[in-house]
Amino acid sequence: MSKTRVVITGLGATTPLGGDVASSWEGLLAGRSGARRLTDDWVQNLAVQIAAPAAVDPTEVIERVKARRLDRTAQLAVVAAREAWADSGLEESGMDKERLGVAVASGIGGLHTTLSNYDALKTNPRRVSPLAIPMLMPNSSAAYVSLEFGAKGGVHTPVSACASGNEAIWLGLDQIRLGRADVVIAGGAEGAIMALPLAAFGMMQALSKRNDDPERASRPWDVDRDGFLLGEGAGVLILESYEHAKARGAKMYAEVAGAGISADGHDIAQPDPTGSGARRAMERALVEGDLTPADIFHINAHATSTPQGDIAESLAIRQALGKEADHAVATAPKSMIGHLLGGAGAVESIATVLAVHNRVSPPTINVDKLDDQIDLDVATEQRKLPDGDIAALNNSFGFGGHNAAIAFKSL
Amino acid sequence: MASTEEIRSNLAEIVNEIAGIPVEDVQLDKSFTDDLDVDSLSMVEVVVAAEEKFDVKIPDDEVKNLKTVGDAVAFIERAQNG
Repeated sequence: MSKTRVVITGLGATTPLGGDVASSWEGLLAGRSGARRLTDDWVQNLAVQIAAPAAVDPTEVIERVKARRLDRTAQLAVVAAREAWADSGLEESGMDKERLGVAVASGIGGLHTTLSNYDALKTNPRRVSPLAIPMLMPNSSAAYVSLEFGAKGGVHTPVSACASGNEAIWLGLDQIRLGRADVVIAGGAEGAIMALPLAAFGMMQALSKRNDDPERASRPWDVDRDGFLLGEGAGVLILESYEHAKARGAKMYAEVAGAGISADGHDIAQPDPTGSGARRAMERALVEGDLTPADIFHINAHATSTPQGDIAESLAIRQALGKEADHAVATAPKSMIGHLLGGAGAVESIATVLAVHNRVSPPTINVDKLDDQIDLDVATEQRKLPDGDIAALNNSFGFGGHNAAIAFKSL
Repeated sequence: MASTEEIRSNLAEIVNEIAGIPVEDVQLDKSFTDDLDVDSLSMVEVVVAAEEKFDVKIPDDEVKNLKTVGDAVAFIERAQNG
């Protein structure tokens, strides 16, 4: 049985590099860092005082009263979703909204709301917002995105830590291939630059402590990397069946060829050092996409800039692609935007789609000296991708041992 | 003691902040739900904000009786005087 073809017909993002896709992509190509030293009062006694906040505050974009009712994570999701939806032209197409699904992920959910209402609770229980639960629940972003456009298909919230954004695309792809939807608004969001996550990830020794040099803190694959940089933002992709898109004459950026999910079954926080779980996710994405390693010319790596994780992924890529990894340009956008947690897979899928569409790999910054355990073709400058049929992988891995790889191919 | 107009005006600012209703629309004869489209959860927020602003207690059981802006202003006046 032939698989339903699924294409990308709309993109939306708000990231540490810009409030939309164009500015974010331009920033990635230019090798710009979105990192900065935080100056808020609450950061002063923390060990880690750097992050990559969203370049455009979502409350400057969303109507004031609406913004009050959305957690920061959902605000970011709605901003990205509006751009993607407008980009797709689907509203004008008059599509059947019962055939429109949503899969918008978050790693943590509405943490701003949780913490601010807990503070309010301690002063006076009556100051707890009556909207606290709908704002803090993990499905809040997906629900508000469905409300925004009147989506009446399934509305889903994959939660798999930092693999969540890719898992949303995997889920959206399946919904269309199973015939449950013609279009799925898929993505992920996270707005978690707050004292608690900075302290908690810091206590795990997961974060870079380069407080004096924020723009150089996130340095995937560099020999002196010391942890990840916390970022925030959202990415949303419009997944649409090829037939539906073709019938309405939609523009198409790339095809979602396949998606692979696996679990390490190894540890709650550490990646499997052999990379076998990550390898299986990539292999499954290739098989499902009817691709071979020879088809892959670009790899958007998870590459968070942690000492162990970057090596395990490099091993996994080599195991999955073998010698063919020689002609796959490896790129690590987290060197510029930091780690968007539940938003990472979605924003980096957009970067992967645009790399395939525009035939160019963005650079990885801060690789002053490549770790000799990294056996990848790392591009430190923009790299042109070949003409003809090409495919690319986007990897996302999460605490809990979640691995999610998406294979995109050119149209 | 605040005048009726002062209370209405301050209440209008609260309703504007929470529900986005233009301040000038929040007049004594207007119904919160039917005229101003303030939903039940926003009404809870308005009540709590009004309690803090006017330093009064508005019991949850009382909220259903505050159908119009005038009802709320009258309740706040009585509570302040009581």
